[in-house]
Amino acid sequence: MKPKERVAIPRVKMPELDAEYRAKTRLEEVNIGLTPEMAMQEAKRCLDCKKPSCVEGCPVNIQIPKFIKNIERGNFLEAARVLKETSALPAVCGRVCPQEKQCESRCIHLKMKSPAVAIGYLERFAADYERESGQVALPEVAPSNGIKVAVVGSGPSGLSFAGDMVKRGYEVYVFEALHEIGGVLKYGIPEFRLPNKIVDVEIDNLRRLGVHFQTDTIIGKTISIDELKAKGFKGIFVGSGAGLPNFMGIPGENAINILSSNEYLTRVNLMDAANPDTDTPIIIGKKVLVIGGGNTAMDSCRTAKRLGADVTLVYRRSEAEMPARLEEVKHAKEEGINFLTLHNPKEYKADENGRVCAAVLDVMELGEPDASGRRRPVETGKTITVDCDQVIVAVGVSPNPLVPKSVEGLELGRKNTIVVNDNMQSSRPEIYAGGDIVRGGATVILAMGDGRRAAASMAEQLKA
Amino acid sequence: MNKIISKKQFSEKVFCIEVEAPLIARSCRAGNFIIVRVDKNSERVPYTIAKADPERGTLTMVIQEVGRSSTKLCDLKVGDEVADIVGPLGTPSHIENYGTVVCAGGGIGIAAILPILTALKKAGNRVISVLAGRTKELVIMVDDVKEYSDEVIIMTDDGSYGEKGVVTVGVEKVIQREHVDKVLAIGPPVMMKFTSLLAKKYGIPNDVSLNTIMVDGTGMCGACRLTIGGKTRFVCIDGPEFNGDQVDWDEMFKRMGTFKNEESLANRLQNQDTLLPIRGRKTVRNVLWDLIRRRRRVLLLPSMRLNPRR
Repeated sequence: MKPKERVAIPRVKMPELDAEYRAKTRLEEVNIGLTPEMAMQEAKRCLDCKKPSCVEGCPVNIQIPKFIKNIERGNFLEAARVLKETSALPAVCGRVCPQEKQCESRCIHLKMKSPAVAIGYLERFAADYERESGQVALPEVAPSNGIKVAVVGSGPSGLSFAGDMVKRGYEVYVFEALHEIGGVLKYGIPEFRLPNKIVDVEIDNLRRLGVHFQTDTIIGKTISIDELKAKGFKGIFVGSGAGLPNFMGIPGENAINILSSNEYLTRVNLMDAANPDTDTPIIIGKKVLVIGGGNTAMDSCRTAKRLGADVTLVYRRSEAEMPARLEEVKHAKEEGINFLTLHNPKEYKADENGRVCAAVLDVMELGEPDASGRRRPVETGKTITVDCDQVIVAVGVSPNPLVPKSVEGLELGRKNTIVVNDNMQSSRPEIYAGGDIVRGGATVILAMGDGRRAAASMAEQLKA
Repeated sequence: MNKIISKKQFSEKVFCIEVEAPLIARSCRAGNFIIVRVDKNSERVPYTIAKADPERGTLTMVIQEVGRSSTKLCDLKVGDEVADIVGPLGTPSHIENYGTVVCAGGGIGIAAILPILTALKKAGNRVISVLAGRTKELVIMVDDVKEYSDEVIIMTDDGSYGEKGVVTVGVEKVIQREHVDKVLAIGPPVMMKFTSLLAKKYGIPNDVSLNTIMVDGTGMCGACRLTIGGKTRFVCIDGPEFNGDQVDWDEMFKRMGTFKNEESLANRLQNQDTLLPIRGRKTVRNVLWDLIRRRRRVLLLPSMRLNPRR
């Protein structure tokens, strides 16, 4: 096939559930996934560049052309194997990575004014194909070296660290504070975007490789770092995440029914509160405002919509500056979420019972670019008042202070992040850290990349 | 899974349960709390630790039946297991030798204050405990409190045990009688508020232990947040103990009622066997359908047909 013919193929469209239907179903995944034919056709679009810049755009440097060309040849299982060489959770990344800002942003097609190869869709396809085929190849595990390492937190960074270490022959114990393994993949990301069963399969695979999981255990509280060391753990990786929700600190914000996206999503996802058979209560809002413009804001909007609310997203900049993945914004709009950009909450009003009944919003405009390179939102002095009975605040998260504060001699940075060097090693040489506890609120794939890097450096240190 | 080792009933709705949790029993300190999830459908509910026995590897909790999950916990028998217990959570109490400390415990708050007064006594304080309840059987764990108190004053609303009156009457008597360096109050929010106000009136530093709504108990959700001294604080990690003078009590009362409507509905549904009226009016039919949809056990009497047009 000539490159010209490859370039001429139009980019595949992801089949998805009908917007009206899916806005009423909380557990069905919106993206249905590519068929083998669609995947093989899309794979033809990849020009197999000599110097594939897409690989540089990937935080874990997946051999992208290599796995895509395997798909083109119909070797789907081999494609999945290539993915697993570098990524611990390809089925997850294929669904939640912001590909348009990473690999796909570097695709040669863009230089030719053609849409990038759908790398994310193909990644998901290969991983799903392998899982559904029942022929999941477990990676080779080095003979046990008897060295115990502990992982604090079972989110993306911890799981990727655990996978890499168990393959190297270490005895890996993962400690999770909640009652379920998976961290943000379980409590945060809703099922319509990332089904729990997909996360569970990945966790089961790690279990089969020999990783031990212990829930309901908070390192620094239930067991101290020193106790772990006394029990023979030689290295500790902290991936405890950004589990501390930010609030804006504006008047009325503690009124009833103003809640963090963390609380809202945890109740719905982890505790299954919208299911009448469970005990965890949740108030089902009728007119819901969601504050923020990131993926968590989109998840909150779309969850509230599925629970029957009229949902308005309030974001202080314009849509162009939204940090959410393009696909999430598109899906949210299709599902009927109202977008109120260039507005920012100034104050909340509550009724006589203390329940929120309205939000006063500042009308914003864009000024000069700020440190992030995006144009800074500035108040115009005008305000509007919007009625609502529930507000979900999704304006970012900070690192959870529980673990960092309980470890003596650990150097902390801004907002209690753990300070690490290039090898992800903290100021205590036996403690490594990665993911949001270091970055303060980033993405699944960056967390996984950190886990990999930490595993490589810790293994190097322990070998010495 | 954590096995229940022993269980005692203190009063109609209050139970004392000792449960296996060896790691927490070893690591907890006075003022810590735990979160219990009874089974896979139950809520994560915070409970105070009344006693911890590191040797036996057990924790003792005192639980009042309030919602669905606490009732499930109280229904368990010795030998049954609860699905999850996580802890110790929260910042432990600050323990030092203040001098004379009045420890005011109301209802099941007595169980929460027990480990703290024990630690205070061991730190050399003169501990005067004021225990209060509506009636005799709601004043619990008196012998345990006595063991680590220099004096125990008991107050009941109906005078069935100790003196008649509310907790503040007992606390004020002590304050008027002798010099008090510190007041600690744990119990229902309104009891803590008035004990704190009383201490403030006499210029005595006072702490309260707040029991706001929580999900994870590790700072992740923010459900427990409250204005303390003009700033929003998270009870689960910044507390549960705070200087009572700084607590925004009105906000506390309101936030405690967040799920008032949802909880009463849940309780109604749970107790439907006994509460449902028998005649088949339209509202009953709706409730029944709702129950059937929720797959709850429904007792259908012959006179309760689902078709109202019969």
